[in-house]
Amino acid sequence: MTDALFWHRLQFGFTASYHYLFPQLTMGLALLIVVLKTIAARKRSELLNRAAGFWIRIFGLSFAVGVVTGIPMEFQFGTNWARFSEQTGEVIGQSLGMEGMFAFFLESSFLSILLWGEKRFGPRMHLFAAWALFVGSWASGYFIIVTNAFMQHPVGHSVDASGAIHLQSLLTYLCNPWALVQYAHNMIGAVVTGAFVMTAVGAYYLLRGQFLTEAKVFVTTGVIAGLLASLLVAFPTGDQQGKMIARHQPVSLAAMEGRWNSGRYAEVDFIGQPDVLRQKLDNPLQMPGVLSFIAYGSFSSNVRGLNEFPADQWPTSIELLYYSFHIMVGLGTIFIAIMLLAAFLLYKRRLFELRSYLWLLMLAFPFPFIANTAGWMTAELGRQPWLVYGLSRTEQGYSQLVHAGETVFTSLGFAGLYLVLGLLYVSLILREIEHGPSAALKSASPQRT
Amino acid sequence: MQTLWFWLTSIMVAIYATLDGFDFGAGILHPFVAKTDSERRQILAAIGPYWDGNEVWLLAGGGAMFVAFPKVLAAGFSGLYLAIFLVIWTLILRGIAIEFRSHVALDLWRTFWDGIFFLASSLMPIFLGAALGNIVRGVPLDKHGQFNLPLFTQFAAHNPVGILDWYTVLVGLFVFVTIAAHGALFLSWKTDGEVRSRCRRLTLPLWSASIGLGVAATWATAQVNPDIYVNLPKAPLAWVGLVLFVVGIFVVFFAQPKERDLLAFIGSSVFIVGILAATAGAVFPVMLRSTLDSAWSLTAFNASASREGLTAGAKWWFLGIPLVVGYFFIVFRLHRGKAKAAADGEGY
Repeated sequence: MTDALFWHRLQFGFTASYHYLFPQLTMGLALLIVVLKTIAARKRSELLNRAAGFWIRIFGLSFAVGVVTGIPMEFQFGTNWARFSEQTGEVIGQSLGMEGMFAFFLESSFLSILLWGEKRFGPRMHLFAAWALFVGSWASGYFIIVTNAFMQHPVGHSVDASGAIHLQSLLTYLCNPWALVQYAHNMIGAVVTGAFVMTAVGAYYLLRGQFLTEAKVFVTTGVIAGLLASLLVAFPTGDQQGKMIARHQPVSLAAMEGRWNSGRYAEVDFIGQPDVLRQKLDNPLQMPGVLSFIAYGSFSSNVRGLNEFPADQWPTSIELLYYSFHIMVGLGTIFIAIMLLAAFLLYKRRLFELRSYLWLLMLAFPFPFIANTAGWMTAELGRQPWLVYGLSRTEQGYSQLVHAGETVFTSLGFAGLYLVLGLLYVSLILREIEHGPSAALKSASPQRT
Repeated sequence: MQTLWFWLTSIMVAIYATLDGFDFGAGILHPFVAKTDSERRQILAAIGPYWDGNEVWLLAGGGAMFVAFPKVLAAGFSGLYLAIFLVIWTLILRGIAIEFRSHVALDLWRTFWDGIFFLASSLMPIFLGAALGNIVRGVPLDKHGQFNLPLFTQFAAHNPVGILDWYTVLVGLFVFVTIAAHGALFLSWKTDGEVRSRCRRLTLPLWSASIGLGVAATWATAQVNPDIYVNLPKAPLAWVGLVLFVVGIFVVFFAQPKERDLLAFIGSSVFIVGILAATAGAVFPVMLRSTLDSAWSLTAFNASASREGLTAGAKWWFLGIPLVVGYFFIVFRLHRGKAKAAADGEGY
């Protein structure tokens, strides 16, 4: 209990992972809502507009939880990571401040118009509000990714004699190549989540024989978006992300693959258990040369192992990093398979009747949340032991005057509060799904009397 | 550049207090001025389109401080650790109360969230007032620019101090009553019928109480930090703040009886901005006063980012602020007129 650093890391990791369950859904849904509403406006389709309306209600609840669980994140930089904030605030404060100025104000101003303003302000204003939320939430994502990219691969800064990090070029900082790649990978990951959730709700209605016309819109939209996003999240964005890590964080790559010894024709492993004590990978299922090819573009390239780096630069939890990475990649591969087959069945006009496959699609929705969380764990655990890669170590960044006990107390507080919040959220979402896509027009809904 | 950022940060905090203040005030008053479900929803309809945008000013103000004065943000947030988490949890519960309340048509559910909304809206101004009290009174910053305060000690406003003592609680109460009075004027402007007449009956008593507590807080400030009144004559911007604050009071007492609701609300906003501007002007350039040694205080000059950081931040700040003003103008314009209670499934 005296290990304050452990509790600070656990608390930030927990609140950040929990928070990101919601933005990944709202950012993904925002895109799908904008697509549905824009097509609806072009084709004057009442059906597509009603379908979008249902997702706007789901979006509203999820957005609210995303907002309130996002508030602590901003504060925790100062409360839990005071030394880090002091050292880097001048740099990362830029993008966090810009997020407020250019994203949050836009989102918050048009949120209630999107949620409740369709009748009052008319379809054009409503479509505009949907676009505002889409642009705002995706811009917000960029500012957060830029902040994280600085921690992964610092650019646009200078370091003075006292070790403080200063801003040198805002433009270089904002156009960090790491941020561009990570943003593409992350946002498409969010679309995977949104698409799987939309598909799952559609599949549920089809299985229950309810709201069939809307359900077919959900499944069709979800499967098309899900297939595109599942492919794009792997290639080229995931691939580029991997190459970025190989170039700038070779020690993280070694840990992600459980690789202790260097060598050419490096094998990629699909399954295995890293044994950190004995410095080897147990029970691996491997394919030689592939890791060399993925990382450096040639089967014969040398991929360095952990032993080539000083042990104080190894990621602090190699096991967790290894499993996070493999869970993400494994699930990503399964998503492609699920969506390819679903798209094929859709094309053959058999999907809506094939109950077994609808079951699969209905039950698949939690896995993109797991994959996105595992992806972020890969990024953040791979960054260790650094807060700012190569510049500032994690054990120097936390608030030294805050007692470990205070952090234990607030961590427990979050655990309790977030449990309650999660239960409330799930029960309200289930109610919305029960009410169905025509819930807004209560009298028109035969399911409710 | 440091002076500019000191004022940009102060302005953002003042705007935050004014804007989120009116929806906190609405939350404090709502159990007293709105009895039926439809009346409560009238209040939620009045603040619903604004509350989230108002709260963004807190995050944006924090962001400005992060960019410009990272040392102040780091010292203040980690030093007031437990209090900051109480603020965070209160904000979480309050946001959820507003957004979730009307989703379920059960009396008990709605009464529960109304209670949370009232409690959270009441606690927030008390916390923010106590934070202001801590800034004015000072905190035990050491020579490294760090401190960590317990939530309370023996409630005396001298070392060893806690976050809450008689002085900071007094400032908290003053802010609580002022925010309630501010909310009453906002609701008088944006609602009609019973809710509006109940608000109007409460307005002047609340304002009188606010002025009484304000006098007490002014006297108390002289006891805990006499420097402020020594600095005051030399700080022209503090005088501007004082003028605004006096003008604000007069506008409220002039406009309210004549039922010029918007003018009275503007008066109360000017009053809040004025009081914060006067405080900022009087403490400038000190941002976090050390009670141990005045040389260890964090000021706009010794705690700021480098010139490059401040200049880059100012560029996007001035680029962004017209957009923000534009959004607020659009939202207020779209929701002009009195707020109407929404039917189930159609609004807050």
